Amino acid sequence: MSKYILRRILLTIPVVLGILVVTFVIARSIPGDPCRSALGERATEAACNAFNARMGLDKPIVVQLGIYMREILLKGDFGESIRYSRPVSQMIIERLPVTLELGFSALFIAILVGVPMGVISAVRRNSAVDVATMVGANIGVSMPVYWLGLMLAYVFAILLKDTPFWLAPTGRLTAGLIPDAFYEVWGLGLTRGTTLYMLADFVSNFVFFNALITGQWDVLVDAFRHMILPAIALSTIPLSIIARITRSSMLDVLGREYVRAARAKGVAENLVILKHALRNALLPVITVIGIQVGTLFAGAVLTETTFGLSGVGRALFDAITGRDFPIIQGFTVVVALGYVIVNLLVDISYAYIDPRIRLR
Amino acid sequence: MTTNVEAVANAPSDSLRSRSLAALTWRRLFQQRNAIVGMAILLFLTLVAIFAPLIAPYDPVQSLLGIETLKEREAPCIHVLGCPEDKPQHIMGIDANYRDVFSRIIYGTRVSLFIGFSTIGMAVVVGAIIGAVSGYIGGWVDNVIMRLMDVVLAFPSFLLAIAIITVIGRGLQNALYAIAIVNIPVFARLVRASVLSIKEQEFVSASRALGASAFRLLFVRIFPNALPTLVVQATLSIASAILEAAALSFLGLGAQPPTPEWGTMLGSERNQVFTAPHLVFFPGLAIMLTVLAFNLLGDGVRDAMDPRLAQVAKK
Repeated sequence: MSKYILRRILLTIPVVLGILVVTFVIARSIPGDPCRSALGERATEAACNAFNARMGLDKPIVVQLGIYMREILLKGDFGESIRYSRPVSQMIIERLPVTLELGFSALFIAILVGVPMGVISAVRRNSAVDVATMVGANIGVSMPVYWLGLMLAYVFAILLKDTPFWLAPTGRLTAGLIPDAFYEVWGLGLTRGTTLYMLADFVSNFVFFNALITGQWDVLVDAFRHMILPAIALSTIPLSIIARITRSSMLDVLGREYVRAARAKGVAENLVILKHALRNALLPVITVIGIQVGTLFAGAVLTETTFGLSGVGRALFDAITGRDFPIIQGFTVVVALGYVIVNLLVDISYAYIDPRIRLR
Repeated sequence: MTTNVEAVANAPSDSLRSRSLAALTWRRLFQQRNAIVGMAILLFLTLVAIFAPLIAPYDPVQSLLGIETLKEREAPCIHVLGCPEDKPQHIMGIDANYRDVFSRIIYGTRVSLFIGFSTIGMAVVVGAIIGAVSGYIGGWVDNVIMRLMDVVLAFPSFLLAIAIITVIGRGLQNALYAIAIVNIPVFARLVRASVLSIKEQEFVSASRALGASAFRLLFVRIFPNALPTLVVQATLSIASAILEAAALSFLGLGAQPPTPEWGTMLGSERNQVFTAPHLVFFPGLAIMLTVLAFNLLGDGVRDAMDPRLAQVAKK
């Protein structure tokens, strides 16, 4: 097993290097002048030359690629944003938690609702519940997430305006509400700029987690009321897919001999379903959940746009339209790396579940 | 194999007459509830697309300002639902440029069906050639091509499409290329896998022994056997291609106004959702219906081609 994992990890190295090169090539192929994009249309030739020299844009393209690879691989340095004049890593620290929180909330809803729906459908096959679930699942995978998001926003922010069900249609927290970071509440006295400070800053940007460990309940409730609509919108596609795969996997398992044997020896039906059948049926479901993480990210770009959340997806989209090379490179690398890691975990879990894969 | 025999034996009016695999698949397709619903919706959409000029009451890009007395972004007016008879009927309302939304939705059917078929058509052709060549030649060529495909697949496809558009520019045509490109690796992998498993079989060796050229072996002997999986994947991919194209247009990267494209219509009016929800509601509904049709059909085709799955589903 460890040999398989090692080989699988080694195989990702060329893919990671490929990602770095492709990202660099894409970022540099984007038409337009980064200097004029940053300094304005009427920047003089001299100002632009100085700007290019400072950003290293005057060196030959191969040298730029070399520098870029060295900085990322050896120092984890993604350079400085051209438009905001801030380190890209700092922006990742601020924005990645937004996207991760959104993604995990959506995945949480998808699993919490999708798995039981699939199980009930399989157990009550061809019943009204089953038909409704499967029709719903088909509609769910066909729905544009941004459309559902806008419709939810309309219903909960306008139609239910003066009811307790009112939910905020944009942002992460109500304007003006600024949560205290846990390292300040606890008086840890970290120095700015150190790695530890950056790590603590990153963790504190997870609003839910930060509010939970410091007991800021008003922030927690507010964050929840803001997160619920985008999370529901983003969860529809994974939810539908999880419900479908759970159903078909359960149907397969329920027809097996050992399930019949369990029933024959008089095990209660609920126990047969939950202990004997579901445990085995969950294996393919777990794999599908891993695959869905990638889909979630694509949906995050659209959901963040619809709900005005400043996450990674939104930042990347803005950077692409604003020709901010370092941000494009840095954020794309982070996203693609996340994708590679998830794929790696999925493959390893495959091998863990099915020993035949290890031997190939 | 036994399931295939069972499927033949279980078919009600079946004599011992032999049937081709294609005929069997076709028959099974019409036994799938999903597939029938999908085909029905698709037939409906195709008819709408063909007869758009006859169905649409107005020109999709012509502003009605000055022709009728209208308000900007006026809500739907349907006579049978109590809208005064003396007002002109606009069953899906009016948009920001005083155009009839219903007519735009009708014409949008043409755009969306075209997007689905053209992008996946391109991806299938290019992907199949890459996969077939890669799998047939093998060795380092195969390795290089497949690692390249891995890198493309390592990016979330939607994000890669956005990046490609930024390089080649906005617009519907470029969005089509971008979606086609991100769909290539799936088909390349699929065809390569089929080629690898088929090229060692006896009938291929026999053909090779008889002196068939590499081209003939690949495209006459091997490729037709890879076709079924390709058809299933293509149908499901059309659904996601339409969804992705609409999303690109929603972000302003795909079709540009005044093209009556559903994603563009939705995107340009998204900030009006609180004041004029009809401008967001109907385009989204149209996207959903079209994508749903292809998804249902894709599922149906898959079940029809794999009798084992169909049996499980029926149990």
